[in-house]
This record gives sequence, structure tokens and C-alpha cells, in this order.
Amino acid sequence: MSSQAPMIEMRNVDKRFGSVIAISDISMKVHRGEVMCLLGDNGAGKSTLIKTLSGVHKPSNGELLVDGKPADYQSPSDALDAGIATVFQDLAMIPLMSITRNFFMGREPTVGWGPFKRVDWKYADRVAMEEMGKIGIDVRDPSQPVGTLSGGERQCVAIARAVYFGAKVLILDEPTSALGVKQASVVLRYIAKARADGLAVIFITHNVHHAYPVADAFTLLKRGSSLGTFRKDEVSREEVLNMMAGGAELESLDAELSEFQRNEQHDDEITEGSLPASAAHGPQSSGARLATGY
Amino acid sequence: MSEATLNKDTGDERLQRVSPVKKTLSRPEFGAVSGAILVLAFFAVAASGTGMFSGSGIVNFLEVSAQLGIIAVAAALLMIGGEFDLSIGSMIGFAGILIAIPAVQFGWPLWAALLFAFSFAMAVGFVNGMLVVKTGLPSFIVTLGFLFILRGLAIGLPRLFANRTQIGGVHDTMAGDWLAPLFSGYVGTGLFQWLADIGLLATNFAGNPAVEGIPASVAWWVALTAMATWVLLGTRFGNWIFACGGDKNAARNVGVPVNTVKVSLFMFTAFSAAIYAALQVMDTGSADSMRGMLKELEAIIAVVIGGALLTGGYGSAIGASFGALIFGVVQMGIFYTGINTDWFQVFLGAMLLIAVLFNNYVRKKALEAK
Ligand SMILES: Nc1ncnc2c1ncn2[C@@H]1O[C@H](COP(=O)(O)OP(=O)(O)OP(=O)(O)O)[C@@H](O)[C@H]1O
Ligand SMILES: [Mg+2]
Repeated sequence: MSSQAPMIEMRNVDKRFGSVIAISDISMKVHRGEVMCLLGDNGAGKSTLIKTLSGVHKPSNGELLVDGKPADYQSPSDALDAGIATVFQDLAMIPLMSITRNFFMGREPTVGWGPFKRVDWKYADRVAMEEMGKIGIDVRDPSQPVGTLSGGERQCVAIARAVYFGAKVLILDEPTSALGVKQASVVLRYIAKARADGLAVIFITHNVHHAYPVADAFTLLKRGSSLGTFRKDEVSREEVLNMMAGGAELESLDAELSEFQRNEQHDDEITEGSLPASAAHGPQSSGARLATGY
Repeated sequence: MSEATLNKDTGDERLQRVSPVKKTLSRPEFGAVSGAILVLAFFAVAASGTGMFSGSGIVNFLEVSAQLGIIAVAAALLMIGGEFDLSIGSMIGFAGILIAIPAVQFGWPLWAALLFAFSFAMAVGFVNGMLVVKTGLPSFIVTLGFLFILRGLAIGLPRLFANRTQIGGVHDTMAGDWLAPLFSGYVGTGLFQWLADIGLLATNFAGNPAVEGIPASVAWWVALTAMATWVLLGTRFGNWIFACGGDKNAARNVGVPVNTVKVSLFMFTAFSAAIYAALQVMDTGSADSMRGMLKELEAIIAVVIGGALLTGGYGSAIGASFGALIFGVVQMGIFYTGINTDWFQVFLGAMLLIAVLFNNYVRKKALEAK
């Protein structure tokens, strides 16, 4: 893995919007077959970072390399052509358009030639249905406007679309925020499969149960800067949880909760009981080590 | 995932069968088509025996509808793409002048004058579009600017070159020109002669068919409607038009070349205005600075009656065409029945309001449940 050039690399990338510095001096490498999880508070700059990768924003400074070659994308369509598919946080869906039209928006399959080249809507309908079926959503009618879907169904259309078109890099910005347990696990399985297929995956989430099982490495953003990248074997689940929320807040929350629920098993409130009992007290012990980063 | 496969064979229990009637009701052009049938039925009774529905009467109201229809179809694509063009009306006057001055004053062959006017019009459309996409200003404001600029030029240029605001004598330049027949005369004259010969079509005193053929404007109208519908529903570009109007950021983020789409649509409205101008100049033999006044608003009304949303992302070219047909039928119907023409504007305004209310309702329905 390390002998090859990283699939995607950022070198000292800045992005400013007028006087707002959204991200500054970000360097990050994601190799093929690797899942990088981006962590950080709201407004930390995660979405801005991935938008510079997917061609939505041009970096104000710094360099982007894809497959070892400098990438200077003028628009998201260039990034898509290079095999970088993204599930945006706002999903990039058009409510009044059908599932199929949204699924293939910008990448419509055509048949025929010259002036008679037309979109093969039949084929498109079938693929959209199939791909949605794979993610666990049984589409009633592919001509249904996306605006009439539930929030989670809509998210699934965006994910299925990115998975279908992502050839080299798959970027997912909080893809599981609205998903049911079943669909979320399918998405995690997708990520694992993309990794196995040799794609580089960048995954943003606020849910440690989604992040920890699939990620190979975690990059922590805070107020637009990177606090470093941690390999999975260097950090425990609790440390990741700590990184996501800032250790201090969780500790005080933990204390408050135990105050309120003295008689109940309060340890499970945050860790949802999915951790071994010994680890459930992790935040106190391991928080200190990471705290230097803040 | 097992349920998903289960449902495939048994059909989906959450899906009620949508009746064909309801499917038709939710088409964007439904309002315009039924409106057109309504006004046709109304005048078939109210104007019976006035000649409105004789061969030449039909050609009359079709020609009126066709002129508006040509620009309405282009305006529909643009509105679906999320933008307006308020300079269409002025462009009609301006393009007419651009045909007449070179052809009559400079002595250019008519085809050269036509190519010049069409190129110039599309260049203006390009500038319109570039200003909108590059500045992010509302197209309403940008094209309002061009409404005045082009009208001013349409008045100023003929004054400068010919010392008047009307330039006649275009008919003389048409003879033998290879491009002129595209914008004048009739299509299918042979067929109509044959229909008259076998007695299916009335003939005049000289034994010629009462209707010579399909007027060029009507042929353009039908052709442009068919082409626009094909583009919207069948091609990638059509999907991009819907996407741009629905949400241009989302469209851009998934790789739709939003700017290219919008600029081409502005060029297409300018092109359609130039067609209108060419047809009118060759029909009347003259160009006039004041031609096309308020046509941009009529086009927008036709488009909205045709089921398009002012906010973009939804609509139909066929709908806009039928919107234009309603216009033509009512305008000529009022003329034939001898109703005071003052009432035409009252009717227009009322139609617009009804159409907007209806569309609003239909869109809500479309987004609620299907
Ligand atoms: N187009 C823009 N113009 C100005 N400021 C922006 C723009 N986009 C993002 N920002 C600013 O950059 C900062 C980072 O935003 P970003 O969306 O990247 O955060 P995030 O880490 O994705 O947060 P969340 O977890 O809430 O999604 C925010 O303070 C935001 O206001
Ligand atoms: Mg974000």
C-alpha cells in the first residue's frame, strides 16, 4: 500500500471565503484500500475539506494530488470524470425530479448516435431500482419525485448514486445521519466493500459506532486546522469518541448524567452498552493523553 | 434486504395503482391543453357562423398562436432552467431592424442580412447569459437592462441609417433568395392543392384551395415545440435543464455544466426572437422599431399557463405551445365575435392568475403524494 502513491493527497491546502478561513494548512493522504474518517465539531471545516477534493471549491492555496498527479479541478464534473464520487451533506438532490433523473443527473446513459442520441431511461430506471434495492430501499416507483421520499430514503439515493459512479475515490459527508439501523449497516458494508475493491474512502460522521468499525485512520479537524492523523491501532474507540466531542465536554456530561441517574447504570448512556465494562470508563483515563492536542 | 426481493414478485403493497386519469392530471401541460379545448369549444359556439372556423379562419388564429408559440417554447426551456428573459420583445424589434437595414439600406443579399441578424441576436443572448451566470445577478434585472438597450438600439439604428423608424421594401429583396423561403410562404402546398382537387378542401372563385398550405410560422411553431419536447424529455441536455432550474448548486455538484446550459438557453430565446422577427419582416415586408412590444410578458404568460413554475425546474414545452394557442384563439375569437377588444387584457390577466393558482396546486399534489 505504501509503495504506491496515495490515491488522494492534500498538501498544505487552505480555503478562504472572503475573510473567512474555513480550512488552513491541511495535509492528508488517503491510499487505495483505505478508509479515512474525518472527525471534528460542527463548523470544523470537514465539509469544506471534502468539497475541495470533489471540485466544488478550488483551494485558495496548496496542492491536490490524485493518483500521484496534480489535480486542478475546475468543477465537480472534472472530479467525477477522474472517478471521485461524493455524497454531499446536503445530498445534491432535486426535489421535483424523479429518483432516476436524480440518480443519473449529469451522468445519463445514452443510446443512439448524433442528433438522435437519447437518454436510455428504461435502462436508467432499472439500474436505479437495482442499486436502491441493494442498499435496502425498495423503490415503489422510480419516477417518484425525490421530494416525496423520506429523509433516509433520499440519503440512500445519494449514497447509491455515489457508490455506483465512484471508481477511485468515494467521499461520504455524514451519509448515515438519517438512516435506520439496517440501512446504516448496509452503508458501512458498502464502505468496507469499496475498501476491498481498492477505492480510497473518506468518511465523515459524528457517530463513533459508524466510524470505528470501518475506519483505518482518523483525521481530526478543529477550527479549520488538522490536529493530526491517527491510525486505528493507535487509538481506542473511546479516544475516538473523545476526539469527536472534545474530551472535556464528555467528562462533564458524564459527571452530570451520573448525578441525575445515581441509581441507574449510567455508564451505558453514552457508550450505549456496546463496550466491554472495563472500557466504559475510558474517557477519564485516556482523555488526558489526547488533551494535549487541543 | 429479504423483504425487498419478496416484494418484487408480489408487487408493492404500499403502492396504489395510479389510474391513467390521475397520471394525466399530474402532467404539467394538463392545464394548458384542457384550457385550449375549453376556449376552442367556447368560440366554436360563440363565434359559429362568423368564419372563425373556416379554413382561412383557422389559419388566422393558428398564425397568431404560432408567432407567440415560437418565443414561448424558448422561454419555457429558459424558465424550466431557472431563468427569465425580459429582452425577448425588444429583441424581436431589434432583430427585425438588423435584417432590414443591411438588406434594404446596404443592399446586402437577404440571406446575408438574415445570417447577420441571427448571429448578432445569438451573440446578445450569449452576453445576457454570461452576465447572469458570471455575476450571479437575477436574470430578471440583467435582461431588463437589455429590454431597454435593445429597444433603444431598435429605434436609434434605423434613425441613424435611414432617418426613420420603419424600413420597408424587404419584399423586393426576397425574390430568388435561397434563405427567404424558410421564413415565408407555405409548407405542403401540393398536399393542400390535392385535398382541394379531391374536394376535401373548399376552393375560392379561381379554383385554388382556400388555404394554400401551412404557413411558415405554424411550421416553425410545430417544429420548435417538437424539438424542445424531445430535448426536454429525451436527451441529457433536457435532464440538465430541469436540474439547473431545480437547484443549480446541486446540479453543479453532480457534474452538470450549469453555466453552459444556461447560456445556451439564453442564446436559444434570442434565436427564437430572431425567427419571430424574420417571419414578421418577410410577412409585412418591413421592419419597425416598435415590433415585439410586451411580447416577453405574453411569452411568460403562455409558459406559466403551460404549467411551468416561475421558480424553475418544472414545466413543459408542449404546455407553453398550448398556452400560446389559447392566446391566439381568444385574441381572434374576440375579433370574430365582435366583443370589445378591451376585454382581451382582462381575460389575459385572469388566465394568468388561474394558471398560477392551478399550477401551485398541482405542484403541491405532485410533492405530497402521487
Ligand atoms: N461558502 C462559504 N462561505 C463562507 N463561509 C463558509 C462557506 N462554507 C463554509 N463556510 C464556513 O466554514 C466553516 C466550516 O464549515 P464546514 O461546512 O466545512 O463545517 P463542517 O465541519 O462540515 O460542520 P458540520 O459538522 O456542521 O457539517 C464554517 O464556519 C462555515 O461558516
Ligand atoms: Mg459538514
